[in-house]
Amino acid sequence: MATVTLADDLKPLHHPKTFIGKYVWSQDHKVIAIQYSLTAIGIGVVALVLSALMRLQLGFPDTFHFIQPENYLQYVTMHGMIMVVYLLTALLLGGFGNYLIPLMVGARDMVFPFVNMLSYWVYLLAVLVLVAGFFVPGGPSGAGWTLYPPQAILEGTPGHHWGIITMLVSLALFIVGFTMGGLNYVVTVLQARAKGMTLMRMPCSVWGIFVASIMALLAFPALFVASVMMLLDRVAGTSFFMPAIVSMGQQLGYQGGSPILFQHLFWFFGHPEVYIVALPAFGIVSDLIAVHARKNIFGYRMMVWAIVIIGALSFFVWAHHMYVSGMNPYFGFFFATSTLIIAIPTAIKVYNWLLTLYRGDIHLRVPMLFAIAFLFTFIHGGLTGLFLGNVSVDVPLSDTFFVVGHFHMVMGVSPILVIFGAIYHWYPKITGRMWNETLGKIHFWITFLGVYAVYLPMHYLGVLGVPRRYYALGETAFIPPSAHIANEVITVAALIVFAAQMLFFYNMIVSLFQGPKADPNPWGATTLEWQTPDTPPRHGNWGPKLPVVYRWAYDYSVPGAPRDFIPQNEPPSDGVRHHPT
Amino acid sequence: MAIAVAIALLVLVSIAFHWLSPWWHTPIASNWGSIDSALDVTLWICAAAFIALNLFLAWTLLRYRHRAGHRAHYEPENTTLEKRLTFWTGVGIAGMLAPGLLAWNQYVTVPKDAAIVEAIGQQWQWGFRFPGTDGVLGTTNISHVTPENSFGVNPSDPYGQDDILVESPELHLPVGKPVKLILRSKDVLHDFYVPNFRAKMDLVPGIVTYIWLTPTRTGTFEIMCAELCGVGHHMMRGTVVVSTERDFRSWLAEQQTYAQLAAASAPAPIQLSQAEIAAQQPTGDR
Repeated sequence: MATVTLADDLKPLHHPKTFIGKYVWSQDHKVIAIQYSLTAIGIGVVALVLSALMRLQLGFPDTFHFIQPENYLQYVTMHGMIMVVYLLTALLLGGFGNYLIPLMVGARDMVFPFVNMLSYWVYLLAVLVLVAGFFVPGGPSGAGWTLYPPQAILEGTPGHHWGIITMLVSLALFIVGFTMGGLNYVVTVLQARAKGMTLMRMPCSVWGIFVASIMALLAFPALFVASVMMLLDRVAGTSFFMPAIVSMGQQLGYQGGSPILFQHLFWFFGHPEVYIVALPAFGIVSDLIAVHARKNIFGYRMMVWAIVIIGALSFFVWAHHMYVSGMNPYFGFFFATSTLIIAIPTAIKVYNWLLTLYRGDIHLRVPMLFAIAFLFTFIHGGLTGLFLGNVSVDVPLSDTFFVVGHFHMVMGVSPILVIFGAIYHWYPKITGRMWNETLGKIHFWITFLGVYAVYLPMHYLGVLGVPRRYYALGETAFIPPSAHIANEVITVAALIVFAAQMLFFYNMIVSLFQGPKADPNPWGATTLEWQTPDTPPRHGNWGPKLPVVYRWAYDYSVPGAPRDFIPQNEPPSDGVRHHPT
Repeated sequence: MAIAVAIALLVLVSIAFHWLSPWWHTPIASNWGSIDSALDVTLWICAAAFIALNLFLAWTLLRYRHRAGHRAHYEPENTTLEKRLTFWTGVGIAGMLAPGLLAWNQYVTVPKDAAIVEAIGQQWQWGFRFPGTDGVLGTTNISHVTPENSFGVNPSDPYGQDDILVESPELHLPVGKPVKLILRSKDVLHDFYVPNFRAKMDLVPGIVTYIWLTPTRTGTFEIMCAELCGVGHHMMRGTVVVSTERDFRSWLAEQQTYAQLAAASAPAPIQLSQAEIAAQQPTGDR
């Protein structure tokens, strides 16, 4: 198979000299990764606080007078949008993508370092515009994170005046910023791999991030045009999504637009978005499991193909979010079938993770605990997705707490558990320090058990029929008092999980200064990022010579080898079995 | 070690929670038992997968946890095993999909003898319209909506004159008769949702949507809005009273028709020219 070396490796790298050049206007992918990650986590904390406020209202209605219906809906909207786009997408692609791709494929940096830097600064601008929504008259939008028109831009919805504008502008900026980053990730994987690093030798993490980046480049434009069109409806009086309407007794000037068109555009982005978040998490968790079980990922080729197939199929399932939207009901047959088919490659991934553990040598360190917790929550969330994908079963469940429980398990909790695992896993490489094991374990146990206590009961409330996005349930005959008790318990569990995250931040910050010096390869991993000459890696990553790759990423416990792992850049030796890649 | 026990315990807790929790299907009051059955089939298949996969995970963690001198087995792939797993997953998926699609086929196939009722949503209240003695709903248009004509019925459409308008959020339906609910919104998205009926559909401004169902027992049930429609979303409630045919008829007879309401509120109905009528797009269902 053809291999590609870095064409410009003979050119000397220009190392920045000033503090600003090194840490602010930096073009080093590792610094950009950390900038992306800290910004994403920072705005993620805002979304976390909003979720705590929502839970307070749901668990104890009529208690917190500063939470009015409009505030509640604003919390719902901002929480959802921040978590999905500004935290998960930015952290997994902008953060982990930036950090891991060049190091894992053996490149000195991204292929377009300047564009990469620009990507972060545009992302930061998008975040600032989003946050500005909290301070404009009327506050941020309260249209729900799906921003469905007509209500998103009409009276009766909080933030319909200014909040929706800051939201749409921020989304458009985010997409501009992401496009610069995404092109970089894709081109770097295709063009800047070290000698010997064939595509089928890449670690699953890179595969996940690579395919997710391609998907994002294809899916985000749908959201971009939808945002621009709604912005025009809002400020220029066009009628893309606005039919003739009588709002609060007033005839509006709109005519002939289609609200469902927006939903198609939104979900044509929105469903691939689920996998844009999930695929990097799938890839990363594959590597965490392989490293800490000291075993090659089971069925590597199948795993890679599953990622590619899931990525492709995810563009053909979007309308399963719209079974009861009023679209042509006959679409339901097609989208239910395509949705359930996508469960097959997803199930294969789950089997292969389990079979990787099977007959392994499982070291239950903190990153591995998070990876295992991910398996549990992802199995749960994946299976409940089959209920919602199965068209007629979705009818009673849609817009109930079942949906809330499902998507939080599958694309909230699951990727975030992977992110925690990944941060614990790569922290020693990124910072050169080790975190505190005890604090890490306490953080893990409270988080894992706590989130299950939060989300399991929600599914049952949903089957009962409790609707989502309700400020208060009020007097409702079919909802028994026990359901209100469930809401209180969920809130208490959520607050405990919330508090446990402070342990994580404390651990990460204190270890940065007081943690013991980390071994360059503390887990005995084969992949290239652990073989750098310096820890943390310096600008340019590899010192004078680029690494050469001789084997796939999963030579763990190879019979005949002296150690239970063989780094990818270790030349072949006699008496050791070689993987055909 | 602890994690293996925790995973196994969580499986047991989940099973126990399922049996002990007081929350499951709200008692059904329509013909959509097939939806509940499809949900139950999905649940059993998914529960089997959930239990098997997680117990396997727990056992693996226990059996293959790191101990001194232990080394992992080397096996890059096993194509036969992977093919078998793929096949059986496909069988499970097909087993869920079949009842789901069959129920959906019923859901989208409205019986020919279904009575027509229209539900109209606006921020944040429900209204209802029956077709009257001619059995046909008159055409409507947003441009006809005024405080006196809140349903936007076309004043010059003869089919609309006998339409029965219910401006309170209380809908009555006869038990045992299939009904096609025509759904229409004047402003934003809403969703007609009666938990006991299972059926649910968005009301979309600019188009007309529908669902159908047969109420199977008498009683009073809650109507909720299930699509976020602004700050009053949680208060957009109504009730549906399912009664015997006789009680339903006598209730219906008490309601007023469009012509009666129009005569009471506006002595001189607005006359539209032919050109204006032609320019209007009818959105009602004939």
